[in-house]
Amino acid sequence: MEAILSLAIGLLTASGVWLILRPRTFQVIIGLSLLSYAVNLFIFSTGGLRIGAAPILEPGTAGDLAQHADPLPQALVLTAIVISFATTALFLVVLLAARGLTGTDHVDGRETDQ
Amino acid sequence: MNSWLDHLAIAPIVIPLLTGAAMVVVGERRRMIEAGLGVASTLLLLAVSIALLRMADSTDQAMLRVYRLGDWPVTFGIVLVVDRLAALMVLLTSILGFSALIFSLARWYRKGAHFQPLFQFQLMGLNGAFLTGDLFNLFVFFEVLLAASYGLALHGPVVARVKAGLHYIAVNLTASLLFLVGVSMIYGIAGTLNMADLAARIPAIPAEDRALLEAGAAILGVAFLIKAAMWPLGFWLPNTYSAASAPVAAILSILSKVGVYAVLRLWLLLFGDTAGDSAGFGGSWLLFGGLLTIAFGSVAVLATQHLTRLAGASVLVSSGTLLAAVGTGQVAITGGALFYLASSVLAIAAFFLLIELVDRGRELGADVLAVTREAYGDETEDEDAQEEVGIAIPAGTAILGTSFLACGLLLAGLPPLSGFLAKFAILAPLFGPGQDGLSLTGWAILIALLLSSLTTIIAVARAGINAFWKPAAEAAPSVRMTELGPIGFLLILCVILTVQAGPVMRYMEETAQSLHAPRNYIEGVFTGSADAGTGGRP
Repeated sequence: MEAILSLAIGLLTASGVWLILRPRTFQVIIGLSLLSYAVNLFIFSTGGLRIGAAPILEPGTAGDLAQHADPLPQALVLTAIVISFATTALFLVVLLAARGLTGTDHVDGRETDQ
Repeated sequence: MNSWLDHLAIAPIVIPLLTGAAMVVVGERRRMIEAGLGVASTLLLLAVSIALLRMADSTDQAMLRVYRLGDWPVTFGIVLVVDRLAALMVLLTSILGFSALIFSLARWYRKGAHFQPLFQFQLMGLNGAFLTGDLFNLFVFFEVLLAASYGLALHGPVVARVKAGLHYIAVNLTASLLFLVGVSMIYGIAGTLNMADLAARIPAIPAEDRALLEAGAAILGVAFLIKAAMWPLGFWLPNTYSAASAPVAAILSILSKVGVYAVLRLWLLLFGDTAGDSAGFGGSWLLFGGLLTIAFGSVAVLATQHLTRLAGASVLVSSGTLLAAVGTGQVAITGGALFYLASSVLAIAAFFLLIELVDRGRELGADVLAVTREAYGDETEDEDAQEEVGIAIPAGTAILGTSFLACGLLLAGLPPLSGFLAKFAILAPLFGPGQDGLSLTGWAILIALLLSSLTTIIAVARAGINAFWKPAAEAAPSVRMTELGPIGFLLILCVILTVQAGPVMRYMEETAQSLHAPRNYIEGVFTGSADAGTGGRP
């Protein structure tokens, strides 16, 4: 399971990095989205990968991570998803404004000499 | 202690949040109410931050106040921590917020939508980032202040602003992702995100996990250094700052200091002398990165042809100076660096505001023309040389010129203003009685600081000559009191910093000492407000 997850994170990161280095704004925004997926999976995995761990403690048991899933990374990833969703939406607006004002979707606002 | 005083620590976050929300409800049609709310909020923030500063500086031995949200125990809940450094940064934020807001009331806030609420949320994010006591909330407040700054940087959109804003947002979104990776790596190893808890646990991290922890901290550091614009991560800064409108650029000038603050706080807390095997991790990166940033900034200062880019480049110089000074890891130098931080934040903000007034009434591209004329010789130079003996200088130009001179002195660090004292305070410990001769890094810092002063004074003098020594035929720019007032306020504060250098320096030195010996911080957070907060204040 670890291998599959780390492969997935690595693949998403690599694609994301490649895309944000591209010259078109749409590629940049897709790249940022892929990167944020990779980061979200990464945060999620820091709690340890386990199947079937209880989300909440049974009454009367000791509070130990051996008995239940680590709730903190889940809370973190939830926050990170919300924030990256909001900032991506904001970036999309700026991207459209730049497209409208400069007439091109190049990230520098002008085409490079062909 | 009164019960409302206990809640003072959260006031710098709640006041702008509520004001911003109220402004959204009031709507932009009723400008007078909106402006009134803004001024009231920033004045209140100023009062609160002065109170917090006095509280943090009070002589009782618990030097910090810990505010536990929802009264959860420290390791489970979220804490806000007010110590000397946080109180100082919050005070600087409110001073800049107040000045920039007053300045914007003259005309800037009408140039686009929702300036006032965004401005309040910006202040909220800044204050939150300075006050928070755990890493994840640092991330959240970073996002709040960045989201607001994205809106503000695009305020009154012109094409250049949107283009620079696009780069700014893309760079900072990537930096935020790095921030998250760093935070989650640290959590995965240490099992906590509370800064004090983290500092307490780091010495006990087993050796096989240490490399991973340090990698996480380094990724986190990269995220902060992008904000602080360390070379080579700071190429976005001059573009964004010079494209932003004047009051926004003034408030942005503390935004780059948020990165410096985070480095200062976390590096000294997590990798201070008590960190076991990790002590001093990354210090040389800060030092040399800072020196390279000074070098890059100095060249950029000389190479710029626009006043706004000159100001942006001097932000780079100031960031570099701070990082290099912090990177030495000496208590006395950190004290000087904090003094420099206060002085340079005020001076750069005043400079950004001033530039807008100076540029007003000059034709577009006048700076570039002037530099070109210098290079190729001016044909019209001696036409009216023998014409006038004495020239009446219009009052507006005189005030602007004097302020420009003051800003130049402050930025370059020449006497008699506080910029000189700040650089002196950084350099003096290098020659202190404990040192026999200068070390190599000492020489490097000395040379870098002096050279950056030289290039700044050359660039500012050239820009000033072009802007002010011109035929009186050109109309003096029309300025209002609401625009000159904030600049005067910021410069007078610099003068006060100079005159009251003794008490201010004592405060900075105590701040540096508590940063370098974070035991008080850690213990204070753990014992919480139980005794540290409510303990015997007169």
